[in-house]
Amino acid sequence: MSLKRPAKEQPEKFEFNSSSLNIANNIIAKYPKGRQQSAVMALLYIAQRQNNNWIPLAAMKYIAKILDMPYIKVYEVATFYSMYNLSPVGKYFVQVCTTTPCMIRGANKLVEACKEKISVNESELSKDKSCSWIEVECLGACVNAPMMQINDEYYEDLNKEKTLEILDKILKGDTPKAGSYRGRVNNEPENNRKTLMEFKNA
Amino acid sequence: MLKDKDRIFKNLYNDLGSDIVSAQRRGDWVNTKEIINKGRDWIINEIKESQLRGRGGAGFPTGLKWSFAPKEVGSRPHYLVINGDESEPGTCKDRDILRFEPHKLIEGCLIASYAVQAHVCYIYIRGEYFVDGQKLQAAIDDAYEKKLVGKNASGTGWDLDIYIHYGAGAYICGEETALLESIEGNKGQPRLKPPFPALIGLYGCPTIINNVETIAVVPTILRRGGKWFASLGREKNTGTKIFCISGNVNSPCNVEEEMSIPLKELIEVHAGGVVGGWDNLQAVIPGGSSMPLIPKEKCETLTMDFDSLVAEKSGLGTAGVVVINKDQDIIKCMARIARFYKHESCGQCTPCREGSGWMWRMLERMAKGEASKDEIEMLGDVTKQIEGHTICAFGEGSSWPVQGLLRHFKDEIKKRNKFDPIVKENKNIPYLVDQHLLDKNA
Repeated sequence: MSLKRPAKEQPEKFEFNSSSLNIANNIIAKYPKGRQQSAVMALLYIAQRQNNNWIPLAAMKYIAKILDMPYIKVYEVATFYSMYNLSPVGKYFVQVCTTTPCMIRGANKLVEACKEKISVNESELSKDKSCSWIEVECLGACVNAPMMQINDEYYEDLNKEKTLEILDKILKGDTPKAGSYRGRVNNEPENNRKTLMEFKNA
Repeated sequence: MLKDKDRIFKNLYNDLGSDIVSAQRRGDWVNTKEIINKGRDWIINEIKESQLRGRGGAGFPTGLKWSFAPKEVGSRPHYLVINGDESEPGTCKDRDILRFEPHKLIEGCLIASYAVQAHVCYIYIRGEYFVDGQKLQAAIDDAYEKKLVGKNASGTGWDLDIYIHYGAGAYICGEETALLESIEGNKGQPRLKPPFPALIGLYGCPTIINNVETIAVVPTILRRGGKWFASLGREKNTGTKIFCISGNVNSPCNVEEEMSIPLKELIEVHAGGVVGGWDNLQAVIPGGSSMPLIPKEKCETLTMDFDSLVAEKSGLGTAGVVVINKDQDIIKCMARIARFYKHESCGQCTPCREGSGWMWRMLERMAKGEASKDEIEMLGDVTKQIEGHTICAFGEGSSWPVQGLLRHFKDEIKKRNKFDPIVKENKNIPYLVDQHLLDKNA
């Protein structure tokens, strides 16, 4: 279990805007009648997207009301799952995978790069408050190690130089290109492909 | 090496495009209606004959699992749930199916739903795979538009709705009952079994849960016949499997290969060999981080399937092969895995909640050489106290890798940790009691 604390400064009110509300209603309709509580995870995501990457307590209360469930149950879900940010993380949220498969291919270099460019400690906003970074557990792209996630996108096959380049870009407000940074195509073995050759240049 | 014509995932590297037209050109959705018209019993029998075992880690026979669903639909509807919460360190196969072969999965969902009489199918995808999930959603939308799923799916008369449910970064939700809790909008904490989900699952209704890869291979098995699938690999370990080879290899990759392929071939041929040569190999984790590591000597002759790895006191798991060479500190590698489990324990059972952190702290000290001699035995004892004493298999998953380390690298730990324990006298009291407190009173 990871320790999570809601931010000290909380907005007083939170409401879905009309497009969020629309998406939320579509998601609630995916579940059987009377089981609207199933949509709580999705609604927390929607709140997080609408509110600049983090979920204030007011949003949990609001979602509890929409789904007709106790506030504490929403709070419980929001604190259990690691992808819900309960305090501001900035416009760009960098997650560096440091679990063993990434670790043995040099994930610590990526952490060094984040420390140099963003902030000395993890979960700390950069000077301009535009981004922050954390170490996370396996992101499920082990053959592309070491890698990191920025918001929704995966950045793979990195080293320290490439990471510094990517971080420079996001600090300028650009969104760098996602995918492999060694020019490889998806998950194929680089320069060593032995299978499905007839399709390779099809 | 497996012949290309026997590979199921022809678009594993996205040479051909993942859209519905390209997928149909590869043979997906071609005669779905005829397959379904052959009936439930034929489908389940064919899967049984193929000896397909679940690809999610436990390796339970898929045909048998489907036959557990009640024969008649009673007052409660049936559900099919697809487990795409791929979070096992070393594993990244389902991601490639979601983004490059989504139609194999969707067609498999339709066939499996028909076989277990479900009209609703939920696909649970880990939250980090949002982009890949969006690609799957686009493929589902295309399938709806072409009337392949939805009302009267593919003209079979069977109605099927498919919905994606995103997780939010909890490894434990890969455990099937925790996954159900998560879909119901709760914390992902596993349920006691029995009752098994096949009878009382999602919303208390009969539910069949399968891994993404398991479902995605079903249409091809039914097209080419259970016998064809069973002819690959060996008895009870049949078919093909996507292996993910990561770590200290020259070309880390995903590759679909025949079951029972020698580990050495997998590493040398497909992954371009170990960094620094085969002699630089230290150990291999054969099936995702939960499976005990295998030292180099045994890697020479090891074949990769469920039963041969069990014989080596390890397991095929998800077939995520992590190669560790001699440049790495093996104790540190395992300490990092222990930290993973400490972070991901759901906190429901005390042995796991407390034990996972305890193992991590001990291993961190052992990596630095700060542990006392007797802690090595204590570490083994802690793993035994966790294993088998928790609601779900997470307890085993967190203690097995540590046991693997102790089994094969005990000398290495002993060499580094030479401190004498605080308590000199052996009182034959179980390690879980604070011995130094007893000593004071003596």
